[in-house]
Amino acid sequence: MRVLGIETSCDETGVAIYDSAQNSVTHLLHSQIELHAKYGGVVPELASRDHIQKLLPLIKNLLVDNGLTPREIGGIAYTAGPGLVGALLVGSAIGRSLAWAWQVPAIGVHHMEGHLLAPMLEPFPPSFPFVALLVSGGHTQLVQVDTIGKYTMLGESIDDAAGEAFDKVAKLLGLGYPGGPAISKLAQQGNPDRFIFPRPMTQRPGLDFSFSGLKTYVLNTWKTHVQDEQTRADIAYAFEEAAIDTLMIKCRRALKQTQLKCLVIAGGVSANQRLRQHLTQLANELHVEVYYPRPEFCTDNGAMIAYAGYVRLKAGQSEALNFSVHPRWNMSLLS
Amino acid sequence: MNLLALDTSTEVCSCALYVSGEASSQHEIAPRQHAELILPMINNLLAEASLSPKQLDGIAFGKGPGSFTGLRIACGVVQGIAFGLDRPIIPISSLATLAQLAYIEFEWPHVAAAIDARMQEVYWGCYALDENHLMQLQEREQVCKPQAAMLPFSATWAGIGSGWQTYHEILSTTVGNMPIQQEKYPLASAMLPLAIDAFEKGQIVAPENALPTYLRNNVVQV
Ligand SMILES: Nc1ncnc2c1ncn2[C@@H]1O[C@H](COP(=O)(O)OP(=O)(O)OP(=O)(O)O)[C@@H](O)[C@H]1O
Ligand SMILES: [Mg+2]
Repeated sequence: MRVLGIETSCDETGVAIYDSAQNSVTHLLHSQIELHAKYGGVVPELASRDHIQKLLPLIKNLLVDNGLTPREIGGIAYTAGPGLVGALLVGSAIGRSLAWAWQVPAIGVHHMEGHLLAPMLEPFPPSFPFVALLVSGGHTQLVQVDTIGKYTMLGESIDDAAGEAFDKVAKLLGLGYPGGPAISKLAQQGNPDRFIFPRPMTQRPGLDFSFSGLKTYVLNTWKTHVQDEQTRADIAYAFEEAAIDTLMIKCRRALKQTQLKCLVIAGGVSANQRLRQHLTQLANELHVEVYYPRPEFCTDNGAMIAYAGYVRLKAGQSEALNFSVHPRWNMSLLS
Repeated sequence: MNLLALDTSTEVCSCALYVSGEASSQHEIAPRQHAELILPMINNLLAEASLSPKQLDGIAFGKGPGSFTGLRIACGVVQGIAFGLDRPIIPISSLATLAQLAYIEFEWPHVAAAIDARMQEVYWGCYALDENHLMQLQEREQVCKPQAAMLPFSATWAGIGSGWQTYHEILSTTVGNMPIQQEKYPLASAMLPLAIDAFEKGQIVAPENALPTYLRNNVVQV
């Protein structure tokens, strides 16, 4: 079965076709980063206006590029939440009505379930059960995944998400958006011994995160030092280390608590190279297996939605004609 | 000729079907429920007419002006349907639909259609009846302060739409007193005659080129 996947929850228009017979996926992405750059953040109305212009041409190109006719598509999946309501509605309206016209089943997908399942598209996918660390622009969550749809929230951020922290720190250091890649790059020039930043909420037990204090710490450090290139790089290094180390400490705890031997990391921040280095160390040390998506499937994309949609459709689920979107949607409510 | 028409530019969700001379339609006043309602409505209309989607020749939609989200729901739905069926789209102004409704229901030949645009503004368009009983735009549609609304020429005008409700006093002072119908919405049934005419004249677009006409384009608050 081939499933067309559509992602429009925020500032990327993503489309993909997942082919279950080959376990292969092909995708196209249009990023709105430049559109929003001059406003310092995503402008929801502009995002929706751009999605409705770009989505259908992308779908057309995807079919043409792969020499596929509509008859060869067995179902359509689109992100139904969480995300920006207007942006979600564009993908859902086009996806649901196209499925009606093609007379194939449709399914609204949870964006974070999409992220969570993205590693399944790799040649050596994880097997259930596992612990998942979802680290993206809007979420930082540790989840126990027993099987598809059986998600227990172990911990999450009580304020900023990890990706959001990268973005905010980048902004206050005068780096561009998105902040994650910019910080990472600059951190390579940083002196590891100059600053040590706190690891928030690691002294207390529990699996929740907090990143807003770390951001304030960065701001104060930046304000009280000579603002030269080296200092900027040194701060980037210390911030990245502190953020990643905090994530590692909690992953370690979650694995211990659940006794599980498999860890999955997904979402935009999982593209981070240093994070992956630390994970490899952790895996060796704890004798656990670690899985993550290929870098292009860490951030938003249509492939993860196509795959998650396929899994749900295969299980016999589908959305009726009265489609709806869920701007806020707790993943542990899925079944 | 078989055409489907839909409009979700205001609080009302409506769709209409034209099947070789016979028209049928449905609508519901349901703010923020257009996504849930529109496809079941379309499906019902087709089922009642025993028409399969593939028998449609074109799909018309209310391109705006109106609620941004509503415009994109209609636009997304028609893009999906039209692309899926490989049919063209017929974009129709929601103000034109309102004006056509005014003619159908009240036989007014000169109509100032106004939709509340929030932020102390109104979507405004003046229409006059042509010899084929179709409303034609006079000058241009715009989003403006009600104080800036203007009639294109002197005639016996009448007003229709939610803009006349919100800004009744200001509009009456600006353009003069006239008969008005405030609680009227662009209904797909009234869009049909305009859509049929446009389709026959080849005023159609490919699915990916059917986009909303927002009129308001400064949407970033800084
Ligand atoms: N190499 C990197 N290192 C750290 N962070 C990164 C890296 N690459 C991307 N990011 C961060 O990932 C985030 C974007 O990820 P993603 O697209 O998954 O988030 P989102 O879709 O905006 O949020 P959500 O999925 O929670 O709704 C941004 O905050 C970005 O800074
Ligand atoms: Mg995301």
